[in-house]
Amino acid sequence: MVIEALIKIAIILFVVLTAVSYTVLLERWISAWIQDRIGPNRVGPFGLLQPLADVLKLLLKEDITPLLSEKWFHWIAPVISITVAFSVLAIVPFGGNLTIGSTVIPLTIASGINIGVLYIVALTSVGVYGITLAGWSSGSKYSLLGGLRSSAQMISYELTLGLGLLSVVMLSGSLDLNTIINSQAAGLWNIVRAPIGFLLFFVSSFAETNRQPFDLPEAEPELVGGYHTEYSSMKFALFFLAEYANIITASAVITVLFLGGWHLPFVDKLGLSSLVTTIVGVGAFVLKVVGLLFVFIWVRWSIPRFRYDQLMNLGWKVLLPLGIINIVLTAFEKIYLVN
Amino acid sequence: MPNETKYNNSSLKRKLSLWEKLYLPEVVHGLITTFKHIFRPKFTRQYPEERWDPPASFRGRPVLVLDDNGVERCVACGLCSRVCPPLAIEVRASETELLKERYPVVFEINMLRCIFCGYCEEVCPEEAIIMSKDYELAFRDPAEGIFGKDKLLVPKASVQERLDYLAKMRN
Repeated sequence: MVIEALIKIAIILFVVLTAVSYTVLLERWISAWIQDRIGPNRVGPFGLLQPLADVLKLLLKEDITPLLSEKWFHWIAPVISITVAFSVLAIVPFGGNLTIGSTVIPLTIASGINIGVLYIVALTSVGVYGITLAGWSSGSKYSLLGGLRSSAQMISYELTLGLGLLSVVMLSGSLDLNTIINSQAAGLWNIVRAPIGFLLFFVSSFAETNRQPFDLPEAEPELVGGYHTEYSSMKFALFFLAEYANIITASAVITVLFLGGWHLPFVDKLGLSSLVTTIVGVGAFVLKVVGLLFVFIWVRWSIPRFRYDQLMNLGWKVLLPLGIINIVLTAFEKIYLVN
Repeated sequence: MPNETKYNNSSLKRKLSLWEKLYLPEVVHGLITTFKHIFRPKFTRQYPEERWDPPASFRGRPVLVLDDNGVERCVACGLCSRVCPPLAIEVRASETELLKERYPVVFEINMLRCIFCGYCEEVCPEEAIIMSKDYELAFRDPAEGIFGKDKLLVPKASVQERLDYLAKMRN
C-alpha cells in the first residue's frame, strides 16, 4: 500500500511539475495569440524547451533576503504556498480503478478518503497563510498591502466557494469525491444540475487562485508585485509555481465536482475492456483540465482587474446572496426533480 | 463639500442597461472578442531572419560617401563637427595632389554619442555625409563605438536611395 502510494506520488509530482511549467508556456502562447503576437518560439522546436530555460534562469539568480524581513517567515512562506497547492492534488481522482490481473489500483494518491470536499476547502484556506506571511515578513509596504488584500479577498470568496460546493454536496449526498463522480456518471453532470453553483464556484476559484480579474494581491500598477515583490531566485519561482499549480488544482477540482471527473458519456456502452476504459477516462480527465486551464488563461487576457471596492461589492452583495438562494433552489431541485 | 457635487454628478455617468449591469453577458462578449484575435494574422517580425528594410527617409547610422571614382566626397570643412549637438564628430583635414585638394585624414564619429538627428547631413555642402539605413549598432566595448574612416566610407551605389530622396526633398 505504502509503496503503491509512493509510486503514485512520484508519478503525479513529476507530471504536475512538468504540467505547471508548461502551463506557464501555454499562458505566454495564448497571451501572445490574443494580442496578435507569436509568443515564445526560439528555445527548442516551437519554443517547447522554454520552461527549461526559465527554470535555469531562476535557479542561477541571486537569492536576496531583505534586511528588514523576518528571515524565518520569509523563508517558510513560499514553502507553505507550494505545499498546499500540491497537497490538494493528493485526493483528486484522475481516473477510475486500474485493474491489472487481480489487483485493483484506484487512481488517486490517497484513495478512500471520504471527506474529500472538506479536505479541499480546508487546504485552500491554509494557502492564504503562505501569501499573507510572505507579505508581512518581507518588511515592505507593497508586500504587506498585497498580503492584506489577499487575506481579505480569500475570506470574502471562500464563503461563495463553500456555498457553490455545497450545492454539489447536496445533489450527491456525499463528501467523497468518487461518490460525487459516480453520481454524475449515473445522471447528468453537475454543471447541468447546478449551473448557478458552478458559476459561483468558478468565479470564486479565480479569486482563490489570485487570477485576473481578481489578482489584486499582486496588482502590478499599484503594488509593484504585491506579496512577492521582495522575493527573488528560487523562492520567487516557488510562488510562481504555486500560482500555476493552484490553477491546475482548481481546474482539477472543478473537473471532478462539476464536469464529471474522468467520466465521459457513452464510453461504457462501447464495450471496451476495463483497462482501455480506464485509460480513456484518464485522457478525458486531462482533456477537461487542459480545457479549463485554457479558460483560466483566456479570461486573464480578456477581462481587466476589478477595483478593490468592486471586488468586495461583488463578493458580499452579489455572490453571497446568490449562493444562499442557490442552496434553496438546489434543495427544491433535490426534492422534486432528482428524487 | 464642493467635491461631492463635482464627482457625484450623475448626469456625467453613462446609464447602463440591465443587460450591461448583469456583467456576465459583457464578460462573454469580451471573451468572444479575444478569442477571435487568436486566429488573426500576427504582427510579429521574426527579427534576425526577417529584417526590416527602412524607407529612404529613415535616419540610421551616418556614413561618408565614396564617389564612383574611388575618391571620398568629404572636403573636411568641419561643418558637421560644428553643428553636431552631442559633439560626436571629429574631423582633421589635410591636403592631397588631386584637383580637390582637401580631404580628412581623420574622420571619427562616436556612435555612443550620436543621436541620429541628421544635422550633419543637412549642413554638409558636398552631400558627403549621409544618413544610411543601418540601424544594427551594438558594441561589446565602448572603444568599438568610435567609427573611423574604415567603417564610415561606403560606395555611392549603396546609399543611392538616400541621395535620390535628398535631391527630391531639397528641390
